[in-house]
Amino acid sequence: MTREVQAPLVTVEVDGQRVEVPEASTVLQAIRAAGKDVPTLCYHPVLEPIGVCRVCVVEVEGSRTLVAACIRRVEPGMRVRTETPRVELSRRMVVELLQSSVDTSLAPDVQRYAAEYGARPERWQPFAQEGARARRAPKVDNDLYVRDLDRCILCYRCVRACGEEVQNSFAIAVAGRGLGARIDPGFDLPLPDSACVFCGNCVAVCPTEALVPKTQFEMRRAGTWEEGRQQVVTTTCPYCGVGCKLNLHVQDNRIVKVTAPLDDPVTRGFLCVKGRFGWTYVHAGTASGPGSEAEPSTPPGNL
Amino acid sequence: MSAIPFRGWGVELQRLERVPPPTPEEQQALERVWGHLGPEERVGRRDLLLPALWAAQEARGWISYPAAAAICRELGLPLADVYGVASFYALLATEPRPRRMIHLCDDIVCMLRGAEALAQTLHRHLGDPLEEPAHGETYAQRSLPDGTNSPEGSLPPVGWSRSPCLGQCERGVAALVGERVLLGLTPEALEERVRAWLRGEEGPAEATSPPPHLGWKGEGTPLLLARCGRVSPTSLEDYRSLGGYQGLQRALAIGPEATLQEVERSGLIGRGGAAFPTGRKWALAAREPPPRYVVCNADESEPGTFKDRVLLEKDPFSVIEGLTIAGYAVGAERGYLYVRGEYPEAYRTVVQALEAARAAGYLGSRILGTDFSFDIEVRRGAGAYVCGEETALFNSIEGFRGEPRNRPPFPTQVGLFRRPTAINNVETLACVPPILARGGEWYAHLGTERSRGTKLVCVSGHVVRPGLYEVPFGVPIRTVVEDLAGGVPAGGRVQAVLCGGAAGTFLLPEELDTPLAVEALQARGAALGSGALMVFDERTDLWAVVERIARFFRDESCGQCVPCRVGTQRQLELVAELRRGGGRVDPHLRGLLEELAQVMRDASICGLGQLAPNAVLSSLRFLGRMP
Repeated sequence: MTREVQAPLVTVEVDGQRVEVPEASTVLQAIRAAGKDVPTLCYHPVLEPIGVCRVCVVEVEGSRTLVAACIRRVEPGMRVRTETPRVELSRRMVVELLQSSVDTSLAPDVQRYAAEYGARPERWQPFAQEGARARRAPKVDNDLYVRDLDRCILCYRCVRACGEEVQNSFAIAVAGRGLGARIDPGFDLPLPDSACVFCGNCVAVCPTEALVPKTQFEMRRAGTWEEGRQQVVTTTCPYCGVGCKLNLHVQDNRIVKVTAPLDDPVTRGFLCVKGRFGWTYVHAGTASGPGSEAEPSTPPGNL
Repeated sequence: MSAIPFRGWGVELQRLERVPPPTPEEQQALERVWGHLGPEERVGRRDLLLPALWAAQEARGWISYPAAAAICRELGLPLADVYGVASFYALLATEPRPRRMIHLCDDIVCMLRGAEALAQTLHRHLGDPLEEPAHGETYAQRSLPDGTNSPEGSLPPVGWSRSPCLGQCERGVAALVGERVLLGLTPEALEERVRAWLRGEEGPAEATSPPPHLGWKGEGTPLLLARCGRVSPTSLEDYRSLGGYQGLQRALAIGPEATLQEVERSGLIGRGGAAFPTGRKWALAAREPPPRYVVCNADESEPGTFKDRVLLEKDPFSVIEGLTIAGYAVGAERGYLYVRGEYPEAYRTVVQALEAARAAGYLGSRILGTDFSFDIEVRRGAGAYVCGEETALFNSIEGFRGEPRNRPPFPTQVGLFRRPTAINNVETLACVPPILARGGEWYAHLGTERSRGTKLVCVSGHVVRPGLYEVPFGVPIRTVVEDLAGGVPAGGRVQAVLCGGAAGTFLLPEELDTPLAVEALQARGAALGSGALMVFDERTDLWAVVERIARFFRDESCGQCVPCRVGTQRQLELVAELRRGGGRVDPHLRGLLEELAQVMRDASICGLGQLAPNAVLSSLRFLGRMP
């Protein structure tokens, strides 16, 4: 028998509204408790916050600089303002800077914030230096997922999902520095030569399609990927006794992608290679669909 | 190996064991890092990663895949992580590179002294500069991860790259070559050396490096420079004969609390740039639970700044004594001294001085017969300005990428190895022994209301006597520039003075009567920063200076947060555009720059991004209205 121990409450003020939250809460949690919200990119509900994208910045009374809401802990009496001109300038600029440096056309969150804050990345275009923006071909070195680093906003979510917070594979890390920083398995090795176990949990947390299932990547190229026509069917993974809940994304009566719901207490949105990628047998022997000839019947090694 | 460093280690280890062993040279170099540690004791010692990477690099000229895999096997680390750390540092190479690399300083002051002509010389003889590929596309081993077909056979014996400020501004043009720093270089002298190196010869014998020009003026001086140049730097006898270790003796006699109070009474504020009261910092750390650490930040990398190098090269015991007293006051048993990678002489001197201090019982267990036990480890940076940011420095020592941490929590609560830590600049620590020896009250009567004591000032650029000068706080900047450094040579006049390094502020000639003090500079919207004064005469192309500053921040951003990673690039592009426009500042461009600057100041994680727009914006005050 366990008794739930309640953490002491702290009172803070969000845009003039008083709200009580448990002691170790973040400013973001307090903002949401007050019924408000701020944009987030590197923040992911099941990963530890790291506060690097800076799109969630807010004003905190007494602080010289703005404060990243996702990582800053509340303090008694803290006064937070989420909608000042200063805050909005920073949010707009962060989005503009991202859009001016990488391809965010498949990043729905970035797109939404860009519209909301009126980002105009084209302002920077006339001055852009040759070579300052990466031009890298997508890395297609395995049959399960593709790395399109030109879309990467360096939110570190994939690195955290690959490491001790979820998968414990530690197959990728941030390499290089500054504008040259990038996600890398070490010495730019192909993924099959890395410690990757192809669970695809990095793909699951990527907000920009820099990491994308190969089927989705190929269907996008062929112009046949149409999310509006897809249905999501929830089922249970057939492989082992854990019984992970799966969301099958179905287009034209064919599975085109598998994800897991974030709110599932068993998976928290994470799967293994079999659950995420081991569905092509469903269509084995049926009429060929998009990309079906390239689809593997079994995943590569490392199992 | 039975120790399991992390879940998932089994898969990683299987892969690592398939990588061929490193060369015997690499292997021996790594063994020296492991020292007496048995295989079991190495696992989890992530703090040995940077020393191991240095060793691998020195053994082969770059960090090979087999050497990196060997490091992973010994320390129990994933390859991706180790590569991520190695590729972070400018002095470490993760692909084949000539064994002899010339890192030519082309930063502000060396640029004024004609570094570009030297770059042309190197270009003529050695081709394009070798820089880390910006996007990691060219690793030569990609198709041969077994490491068998090393492409080194085709590498030339000498290569070169451009370097940020090497901290030799009083005697440039400077170049870092292996464990040596070449000084006062001319194109002819450099060409002669390069020709010799290409022939496989060592080249002309090393001229002994010219001593730094030192000077002082005003009450209480010389305090920090009293021994510099007058003693043999690694002679403990010399140090003691001129007052050395009297501070520690007094501290041990009065106890840690009274030592702390003495430092608080002195009014000493940090000399690294932030000017935080040292006594308060120590008190904050001391009240947290043990184990606690003290750290000396000797990652001096602010362009135009060389005071910490001179102290470490000429009077290392004063810094060691200061850190020992800090350890005593804070209640730490271990201190770390992190020297920037571009300071090989300072590193060697400190290592020797530590050995001497240890042998004489000033470090180790039961120091001078008391209950106080304390020792210091030296760590060497590997080319990253951002590691001077204190939390990035902790990460660097711990073997992580030198990325600054979000704060709070502050280092006094969660610092090195996640323990309470007091971290101080070299000059700050050098102030501590005299404060203890002569009393905090004596020290507090020097200087001004909010800036107590004396200050080291690095003067470089267009002056008769570039050098390191010590003055009590409150002396007008003009006194330092004109009386001590001799002013602009040959009838020239000052166009502007950059105060505080690349993160600093331009002062105009009419502002030079400002007292050198935190409060007076603050009132002018400037800051003392690291204590660098770079003087530019009326013929200087200041747009070139401003563009070099913008490039410096673009190159040194760690890349973690968006405002700094992309913002420093956009700032550089705008400055380049303004410069092309010949000095007329278009209001649209100015608006963009100011907007960007506000966001970088407001939303960057650390001081690098927050201060990166400082000098650029302050230049617009006067550059914009030039004809």
